Amino acid sequence: MNLWNDPVHVIADWLGGLLGGLGMPPAVATVLLALLGIVILASALMVLDIFLVWVERKVVARFQDRLGPNRVGPYGLIQPFADIIKLIIKEDITPDGADKPVFNLAPLLSLMSVLILWAIIPLAPLVLGVDLNVSLLYLVAAGAIGTLSIIMAGWASNNKYALIGAYRQVAVLVSFEIPMITTLLIPTVLSGSMGLKAITESQGIWYVVLSPLGAFIFLTAAIAELGRTPFDMNEAESEIVAGFHIEYTGMKFGLFYAGELLHAFTFGGFLAILFFGGYRLFGLENLGPAVAAAILLAKAMIGYWVIMWIKYTLMRIRIDHMLTFNWKFLTPLAFTLLMVTALVNALLRDSGTGVYVAGMFFSNVLLGWIALEIARRHARSARDKHERTGPVLETVRRQA
Amino acid sequence: MIPLSWYLMLAAGLFSIGLFGVLVRRNAIAILLGIELMLNAVNVNLAAFWRYGDVKNMAGQVFAIIVFAVAAAEVAVGLALVISVYRRRNTVAADELDMLKW
Amino acid sequence: MTIAQIIFLIVAAGTLASAVIVVTTPNLVHAALWLVSTLFGVAVVFALLNAGFLAVVQVVVYIGAIAILFIFAVMLTRREQRDFGQQMNRFWWLGALVAVATFAGLAAMLQSWSGLSGAAAADLPIGFDSVGALGDALISPQAFVLPFEVASVLLLAALVGAVYVAFNRK
Repeated sequence: MNLWNDPVHVIADWLGGLLGGLGMPPAVATVLLALLGIVILASALMVLDIFLVWVERKVVARFQDRLGPNRVGPYGLIQPFADIIKLIIKEDITPDGADKPVFNLAPLLSLMSVLILWAIIPLAPLVLGVDLNVSLLYLVAAGAIGTLSIIMAGWASNNKYALIGAYRQVAVLVSFEIPMITTLLIPTVLSGSMGLKAITESQGIWYVVLSPLGAFIFLTAAIAELGRTPFDMNEAESEIVAGFHIEYTGMKFGLFYAGELLHAFTFGGFLAILFFGGYRLFGLENLGPAVAAAILLAKAMIGYWVIMWIKYTLMRIRIDHMLTFNWKFLTPLAFTLLMVTALVNALLRDSGTGVYVAGMFFSNVLLGWIALEIARRHARSARDKHERTGPVLETVRRQA
Repeated sequence: MIPLSWYLMLAAGLFSIGLFGVLVRRNAIAILLGIELMLNAVNVNLAAFWRYGDVKNMAGQVFAIIVFAVAAAEVAVGLALVISVYRRRNTVAADELDMLKW
Repeated sequence: MTIAQIIFLIVAAGTLASAVIVVTTPNLVHAALWLVSTLFGVAVVFALLNAGFLAVVQVVVYIGAIAILFIFAVMLTRREQRDFGQQMNRFWWLGALVAVATFAGLAAMLQSWSGLSGAAAADLPIGFDSVGALGDALISPQAFVLPFEVASVLLLAALVGAVYVAFNRK
């Protein structure tokens, strides 16, 4: 055990010894060290968050064929700090008739629901907050706190648009949670564990190969959970101005914004852990925890980039289409996929690796093709019916 | 180590507070909130007896989970009823829902 | 007093205090939010009892679904929520009496119960996976597969019933 291979425990032991030498009882020292770890992790994430603001602005600029921030510092790297100073010195307005404690609590809960997710993310084999054996449910539980923060913000603002935005977002979150939980069970079935470390360790073959459809459904549900385009019902500028955070100014808005960016990055990380091997990359992770953490963060950044790519390319879907898409397409597909995965996994586990991988992959492709074919038939028949009657004729008939 | 009696006292307190809510609140939704408190008190007891009894016997946790399912079902149906009543009578005060009295 | 005991006392005091606010506050959205606080306290108590699965499910089901449903219901019956008038019925003192009597009765029963004095939590066996054991117990025919299936039928019936009752016929 040395500093390069296991930095967290070495430093913790050293600090524990130091505190013990000062005459502190071991129990108190343990609590103090845990608090110190939390503070360090949260601060590191907030610094990363400042960097993410820059990444987001640069990437969206490239998608929209412009340069993005490039005046303050090299490549505009100092720009986020200028943004933060601007947010801090802005007037902090609490609207008339707002429910003050709830109004002030909501942005904190929003950012907290993202930060607590990092307690379970394994950055390297020995660098992780806690190896929970119900990690995947913990992920969903943190999402529940995020939902709560949005409805609190919408209600406490005493603003119609804020309330409508909150209603919409909660309707979306609660419905897209179902396919998300279902696809979370696919890595569980494949690895036999709900712990993120065990899932990472068992990915000799990345699960995206074994279950490409599962990765796709997870990404879709994650984007809906993030409230990003094409599923940005909560904000929908052209319809409800800015949704649940319409009344927030200054740093309180900044907390929502920071939470959203970090949330997107975190889900990039979860996509990497669940389907793209986490910190593993051809044995490179054995070089040391720093390399492993760098691999995971790079993969998370790629996932974040994909989420941004989708956000800045697609347009918003209407809310009823979106909920129909979830309840009539994504949810049944996710349930069927889970059953097929469990069945194929049970049937082919004992045969050779090649047969197993091929069976898993092609069963996914086949299922995806069948689902698309059913959706296409349905769309065609709906279109035919529409063309036979025609919108004008239908209105006339209804009036008659 | 925390004594078993602490957990049981917490559960008893939670149950009594929930019972108070169910008995005195006029709003039907507030009554359902009280019921949730009582169900949670039961769950604390089930989990405590699992931990302080034979941990290999999972009956305590299993029944806590079944209480979760029952609570979810109860809230869904209960709130649906409250909303349905509100649409017809424009009130959710339990003591004004007296249609069956005459 | 150990750290675990101090944590338990703080959490229990917070849980009970927020439970009292839930049943007394006139503003129903606040009552629902204080219910979230109470439920979170109970989740921490589950975690102290080494029932991690129950703690997480408590947050997912109660806070993520039930509390949100309560807030929705309060908002949909909005005229009532601003009503700061009489929130308790005439017999509130009788209700308080019954609640105190229940608590006193339970406390007295616990005092006289012999099983309490000998009860101590044994350390969890090494390598014992309570989540795995719980999963096995839920689907094993020797254990609880029947209650589990009945619970799922109950949930389905509740789903259908809730949609039917709350559906607004045009």
